[in-house]
Amino acid sequence: MPTFDEFAPIGALLILSVVMVALITIISRLFGPYRPSLRKTAPYESGMKPIGPAVRRFPVRFYLIAVLFILFDIEVVFMLPWAVVFRQLGLFALIEMVIFIAILLVGYFYAWRKGALEWE
Amino acid sequence: MVPLWMYLFVAAALFCIGAYGVFARRNAVAILMGIELMLNAVNINLVAFWRYQTPFVMSGQVFAAFVFVVAAAEAAVGLAIIISIYRNRRSVIVEDVDLLKW
Amino acid sequence: MQLPSLSELNLGLTVPALSLALWACILLVIDLFIPRDRKSVTAWLAAGGVVFAFIANLLVYRDPGVAFMGLFVADEFAGFLNIVVLLTAFIAILMSVDYLKRTGIERGEYYVLLLMTTSGIMFMNSANDLAVVFIALELLSIPLYVLAAFRAPEERSEEAGLKYFILGAFASAFFVFGAALIYGATGSSSLPVIVDAVGRALAGEGSSLLLLLMGSGLILAGLGFKVAVVPFHMWTPDVYEGAPTPVTAFMSVGAKVGGFAALLRILLVALPALTVAEGDAVAGWQTATWVVAALTLILGNIVAISQTNIKRLLAYSSIAHAGYVLMAVAAAGTPGVSDQATRAALIYLMAYMFTNLGAFAVAMAIEKDDGSGTSLDDFKGLGRSRPLLAAIMAVFMLSLTGIPLTAGFVGKWVVFQATIEAGLYTLAVIGVLTSVISAFYYVRVIVNMFLEDGEGDPAAAATPYVQWAIYLTFAGTLVLGIIPSLVTNLSGPVALAVASLVP
Repeated sequence: MPTFDEFAPIGALLILSVVMVALITIISRLFGPYRPSLRKTAPYESGMKPIGPAVRRFPVRFYLIAVLFILFDIEVVFMLPWAVVFRQLGLFALIEMVIFIAILLVGYFYAWRKGALEWE
Repeated sequence: MVPLWMYLFVAAALFCIGAYGVFARRNAVAILMGIELMLNAVNINLVAFWRYQTPFVMSGQVFAAFVFVVAAAEAAVGLAIIISIYRNRRSVIVEDVDLLKW
Repeated sequence: MQLPSLSELNLGLTVPALSLALWACILLVIDLFIPRDRKSVTAWLAAGGVVFAFIANLLVYRDPGVAFMGLFVADEFAGFLNIVVLLTAFIAILMSVDYLKRTGIERGEYYVLLLMTTSGIMFMNSANDLAVVFIALELLSIPLYVLAAFRAPEERSEEAGLKYFILGAFASAFFVFGAALIYGATGSSSLPVIVDAVGRALAGEGSSLLLLLMGSGLILAGLGFKVAVVPFHMWTPDVYEGAPTPVTAFMSVGAKVGGFAALLRILLVALPALTVAEGDAVAGWQTATWVVAALTLILGNIVAISQTNIKRLLAYSSIAHAGYVLMAVAAAGTPGVSDQATRAALIYLMAYMFTNLGAFAVAMAIEKDDGSGTSLDDFKGLGRSRPLLAAIMAVFMLSLTGIPLTAGFVGKWVVFQATIEAGLYTLAVIGVLTSVISAFYYVRVIVNMFLEDGEGDPAAAATPYVQWAIYLTFAGTLVLGIIPSLVTNLSGPVALAVASLVP
């Protein structure tokens, strides 16, 4: 079982980060000048003038990219355990992973040729 | 240590919530989310069983990994079908999808 | 950790299923370079892959063994079902070539998906581990969801895809939850290991019996969805009606073969000890399958009578036929009869494959390009306008009813025989009575074709490849019916291979 000691550094980091953020916010609020204006209080939209509500429909293109992302992203789950035991498994595991990635590449190549990666 | 049955209880509850979602929600996307919940309940079960009963055999963990990869593939296909229906009918409410009688 | 060497993996045994999956991946890339107007090339390449897998399967299955450290079994049970599935895939491709062209949905991905789902069914036939069964189940299902919606943006097809997807994914979740519980109760997902743990649980060691029973129940429900038995049948008619007809034909056989393969293997290899519960009626899966089979037979056959669309009629008929196979599964629960009953289930599936694919092929010949023309009225007068087609359809209908000299009769005969041997007399009686009921709606199709007046749409012409599919299934139906020993002998040792896996 993991002991408390192992988690102590993480706990320290957690506390430190919370304290830091709180400190910076409070200090800047205390000492900095605070002159709100309409432009400043508006929601941040990459420096542009905010137009329309934030909750609105996205183009379907986003969805396509998102699905592709999910599919290729999730495959990492098979590479992680593979990487952990790779040293013990040696060449055999390497060949297996090459086959696996080759199959993924087939999917990638298909998506590419079908124009799923084109934005316009 | 937390006893095993607590994990099983959470998993069973999650599974039932997911199943309820499938039955009760009318939005196809919400139904899909219910199914995902059910699969996640399975993963809780698998990992809990693995940790408590066979911690030296990895098969439970591997099984869980396969389950969520498959869940992702399922979600991708499901969303694709739902989007295709939405483009056509401007609705993802399952009761509107009624050309064929249920 | 012990590492397997390459030779210990026995990759040779997996060639039939694996080659098909790999060929599907390669074909996906090849298809990108095939011009739009020559997609039939993809079809023939896919058919080539199926033929290769078929030959490989014939070479492999005579010599049983396990591959991937026991995850994958190549025995005669799997070999026989692989034959059924590969024939189904081949006939489905024949049916698809022209259909896709004339309905304007000719895309190469269709054949790739078909190959993928076929390899999924083959993995299902061979899976010896709950995790493998699950992955194979998804490899079977996910391409089928897409295929059901393949006529998108046609609304009915999309709708079929959505319904199949929602209920299929729901069923998969049940199945895998059950698998997780069994894994928890027995500490393993490997079927031959589970059987020992079940024995220990039944002997009262450990308190995992409840988990085990819940797990088995959920697995039965999940697979019940896939093979469409009552009360998990609701999706069937809608999906069968909405999906493109060759997909429906494939689905009606392929998904059932895969589902029953997994069901039989899980029940007979992993859970034989739970067959008949001592003193506890709820626990036995024989009782459960008995009840489900009876319900399926009654509901499937009775609701089919009121159908007016040939695809919906065949959907309910397929539910009913799942009931007959399930009769054999229930019979397999009686120790001593399990070999015979398994063999009966396999023979039934093969007979059903030929007949049902044939019936769908004829229905497809009548169907118009926009998907209409599937009403029973469209068969009126067919006996005059296309006598040969009508005669063949009549044979298929008689075979589905189970009239002697057709494959359907042989299938029903062996199933009823096994059921009686197993001592399930009530179930056998229900089976016979529902067969009589089924004659009502099958014969009505024949009456429509020959005795009713109608134009019979002379334009309805089976295109060459569909004709081949029809002749092939027709030949299969008749040959099986006239020389049943062909298949009863062929599958003689099939069930034994299952039995030998049970310690």
